[in-house]
Amino acid sequence: METTENVLHQHSENHGGSWEGAAAPFNISYGKLMMWYFLLSDAFTFAGFLIAYGALRFSSPSWPVPDFVFSTAPFGIHDAPLIFVTVMSFLLIISSVTMVRAVQEGHRENKKGVVFWMFLTIIGGAGFLGCQAWEWTNLIGKENMSVTTNPFGSHIDSGTYLDEKGNATGETFKAGASYLLHKSEEGGHAEGHAEGHHAMAKGDHPNAFVDNDGFIHKKFKLASGPAAGQVQMEEFGPKAFGALFFFITGFHGFHVLSGVAFLLIIMINVASGVYASRKNGYEMVEKIGLYWHFVDLVWVFVFLVFYLF
Amino acid sequence: MSHKTYEESKKAVVKGLFLLGFVTLIEVFISLFGKGHIIPGINDITWIAYPVGFIIAVLSIYKAYFIIYEFMHMAYEVKGLALTVLLPTSLLIWALFAFFQEGTAWKARREFVKEKNAKTVEPLKGKQGYVEDTSLFRL
Repeated sequence: METTENVLHQHSENHGGSWEGAAAPFNISYGKLMMWYFLLSDAFTFAGFLIAYGALRFSSPSWPVPDFVFSTAPFGIHDAPLIFVTVMSFLLIISSVTMVRAVQEGHRENKKGVVFWMFLTIIGGAGFLGCQAWEWTNLIGKENMSVTTNPFGSHIDSGTYLDEKGNATGETFKAGASYLLHKSEEGGHAEGHAEGHHAMAKGDHPNAFVDNDGFIHKKFKLASGPAAGQVQMEEFGPKAFGALFFFITGFHGFHVLSGVAFLLIIMINVASGVYASRKNGYEMVEKIGLYWHFVDLVWVFVFLVFYLF
Repeated sequence: MSHKTYEESKKAVVKGLFLLGFVTLIEVFISLFGKGHIIPGINDITWIAYPVGFIIAVLSIYKAYFIIYEFMHMAYEVKGLALTVLLPTSLLIWALFAFFQEGTAWKARREFVKEKNAKTVEPLKGKQGYVEDTSLFRL
């Protein structure tokens, strides 16, 4: 019978196809395919966080301006907006490029080349982590930002700051201008934002209010908006900013940290000849390479959302 | 795998390094331009944030495309694999619009509540528990 023959023919054609387990689906090894799908799920996690950041930012009447918040760098550099994070971005890009080289050397079964380029990749990743550690230390230690406190705020309307007697000074600000609440005990720290923040007693002053934690809330007279003419004081910025910043950059930093750990392990394995004996073109290096590029890829969007917008 | 020779792929890597670095520098420059650091006062123009935001978003997506297609070798994989990764990701475009819309709505609702709270209402006249103004019932 013709139909039976056709069925049998089709069956024999399919025999040994993807569904029989003979050929790899998508022409790719199981390990690499699963790495892709792990990265896909990880992308959704990061996207969830970043979209949450966007939604909360849109829901807030004011939001700290990134080029004001991230304007300090090591060696006493300040008022240098985004320069330090640009350096951090370059570190990740360079380490991504050295990773590509490591994978290429792996395809040529060049053990020494793989170790050399992986080593440079690890240096780049560790350098990035070092920069992030400095950034966090500066934000937490010097600028008093934490998961629950955000001293970075911005004015909704324009106005003028008040002096010790409660009179208007010449110091004015526009709507949308950023400020940082300083703590009164940090007498005269030289780095950045050198506004008047000498030691002040707790409580109410004509020109400022010092809260129980020592944060100086400078007072000002509004010049525009529905409350024009009223005296108000600088409030804390939206709380969500600190929590989102530390959580999202921390989650990315943790990815970098675990990436560095895995790179180190795999580099040692390469050096000891484990993968050379497998004769599969150093596929393990390719897999950690995929992960490492993904970490760089996520940073592209963290950089966009937190620092550029 | 890549169809390029070893020398060609080495050159492509250097090209990728300069491309990504250059695009990042442009992004930072445009971002700072939009914030008024290059030409002071330009940030007072309210609509400037929209083209600036759009351009840096497009450049970031280009960077992401380059990393996925060249560095992660997606360009040399089977089309089906690329689709299984990229199609689910494209669902996020909807999430982006939906949640940003939601955030804007939260802000509007908070302002509405604030406005209502600030309003003072005359207490009802007459005996307690007795409503003279029957128009209230028409709610």
